[in-house]
Amino acid sequence: MTTILGVPTAALFGQLLLGLINGSFYAILSLGLAVIFGLLNIINFTHGAQYMMGAFVAWMLLNWAGLGYWWALLIAPIAVGITGVILERNLISQLASNDKIRSLLFVISAILTFLLCYVGIGWSEGTSLAAALLVGAVFGAVWAHVARERISTAEGHVDHLYGLLLTFGLALIIQGLFRNAYGSSGLPYQIPRELTGGQNFGFMFMPNYRGWVVVASLVVCLATWFVIEKTRLGAYLRAATENPTLTQAFGINVPRLVTITYGFGVGLAALAGVLAAPIYSVNPNMGADLIIVVFAVVVIGGMGSILGSIVTGFGLGLIEGLTKVFYPEASSTVIFIIMAIVLLIKPAGLFGRAA
Amino acid sequence: MADGAVAASDVGATEFALRERRDTGALHRAIFIGLAGLLLVAPFLAYPVFLMKVLCFALFALAFNLLLGYGGLLSFGHAAYFGMASYVSAYTAKHWGMTPELAILLGVAVAALLGTAFGALAIRRQGIYFAMITLALAQMVYFFSLQTPRFTGGEDGIQAVPRGKLFGLLSLADDRILYYVVAAIFFGGLLLIYRIIHSPFGQVCKAIRDNEPRAISLGYRANQYKLAVFVLSASLAGLAGATKAIVFQLASLTDVHWTMSGEVVLMTLVGGMGTVFGPIAGALVIVAMQNYLAHLGAWVTIIQGVIFVVCVLVFREGIVGVIAKRVKQPL
Repeated sequence: MTTILGVPTAALFGQLLLGLINGSFYAILSLGLAVIFGLLNIINFTHGAQYMMGAFVAWMLLNWAGLGYWWALLIAPIAVGITGVILERNLISQLASNDKIRSLLFVISAILTFLLCYVGIGWSEGTSLAAALLVGAVFGAVWAHVARERISTAEGHVDHLYGLLLTFGLALIIQGLFRNAYGSSGLPYQIPRELTGGQNFGFMFMPNYRGWVVVASLVVCLATWFVIEKTRLGAYLRAATENPTLTQAFGINVPRLVTITYGFGVGLAALAGVLAAPIYSVNPNMGADLIIVVFAVVVIGGMGSILGSIVTGFGLGLIEGLTKVFYPEASSTVIFIIMAIVLLIKPAGLFGRAA
Repeated sequence: MADGAVAASDVGATEFALRERRDTGALHRAIFIGLAGLLLVAPFLAYPVFLMKVLCFALFALAFNLLLGYGGLLSFGHAAYFGMASYVSAYTAKHWGMTPELAILLGVAVAALLGTAFGALAIRRQGIYFAMITLALAQMVYFFSLQTPRFTGGEDGIQAVPRGKLFGLLSLADDRILYYVVAAIFFGGLLLIYRIIHSPFGQVCKAIRDNEPRAISLGYRANQYKLAVFVLSASLAGLAGATKAIVFQLASLTDVHWTMSGEVVLMTLVGGMGTVFGPIAGALVIVAMQNYLAHLGAWVTIIQGVIFVVCVLVFREGIVGVIAKRVKQPL
């Protein structure tokens, strides 16, 4: 057996591949966080919960509707993205508004609907949650239509502190509901038939599905980069990130752009969740710990550059994989240690602009 | 020091301000006396163990609020100092046979060291990044605790920690005696925080919170002040955690997990950020809720999430903040 530095190559490359897979999740998630942060000026703490929701929607599609992996890859990001849009419209964007009634109406009608469906009718947590979100969204939209004269969405950014606390609360709710419904042990999700098996390269064995995850993530990341940097929509988005007031003055509907952006970022998280479902078991806690690592990734890379987040994400995944081979005890802390070192040497992050 | 800016022509206004401050001082003194009285009689009205839990978390929230409310720094990783101190005090009390006061002091010292290291790193970034860095560093402490079972007991935690004898003399096995010790620690912590807030140091911290560039232009080294208030807050959080370990005879992974960091944010938010007494009210509400709703299991987390959302949307002043607005006095 060939070895490198006393480690069998098969084990080394196996761990590197696993690191690359983790890195692709870091990249997709930190990309979503960065896009959302750029426009909304909030750190989306719910991101981990939305990643988990993506995996669960895939599981539900398979077990309830008989729709397989490929359908899930399409439907789950859209479904989770829609819930994100509802939350953004009714809660997050209302943080900056002078009218609190819409968000209150949303919260109260959602809670009442949830209790009615869950306790009254006896639906499951997931279905009740979906119903609650829909009813809340209807009430919120009706109120927004009725009171549109009185509402002036305040200019400028939301205080980031409240954005963080709000999305943290939402994450607690979503994770709590799923933990209640499915326990903490995790549900199995099969690798799609087309991607079972693997390739033997001689120096290592690569399961097809793992290769697919890396390639798919790279494609998704590069497509996102292309949309933001090279298309008209992306140009609007960058303009609104730079100066929302001026962009609005040019006749671009910035609030709608914000909503689309949030929905898109959330959809990315859900997509990562679907990709992760066959590798890790579908588990209510799968996003909670991951999102904190992604925060560290974001601090290391800085949120200034799209390509920067992609490179940082994959790079840190690889480093984590290498650590697992040579010093496994440190594998769960190595990213945090790198974060500390980066803070000492280049506080703005590797690709960040100094504040 | 803050009055230095008042122009000489504003004598009337100055006098008015001074009188108002005297009123506020008298009100605060009355609250302190009332609180002390309440602490004395409370064990005869309620279950001492519940009260001790409230006091430990109230001290934790007070320490957190010192950083957020008066330093303007949102740390999302205060569980690290709370939990690490509780591990140290539990370990030294159990395995080294330390008396409780020494075990607690050692816990505080470790929390202060950890706070110095993490604070020095975190203040290099501001705003949202500060929160993410503190959270990530605290997660590192969590993984460390998970992977060093010889020190932390891993998933089991450190169980059956002896309560021991205070100064080697006074046995703390009785709940009511222990309660008065905890109450004294809590009250001492509260007085210390009150003193810090109203000292020239606290005034400078508030100035930095409100406008950092201006404070720097006035010649204050903002980063040193931020680090100092961070270390103070971490040490006091450690005091709360170390005391909790002795009270419950247990130090576990729950104490270092990020949910604990979230809970202390919630207590402060509910009670009133940037108020002196708010965190106490918040801790009381949240601990009581956890106690009475414990049979609901995982629903408690969901209810906490809903409280978070509602507070951020419509109740940002918190309980004590609303009262302070009513009586037109800072509380």
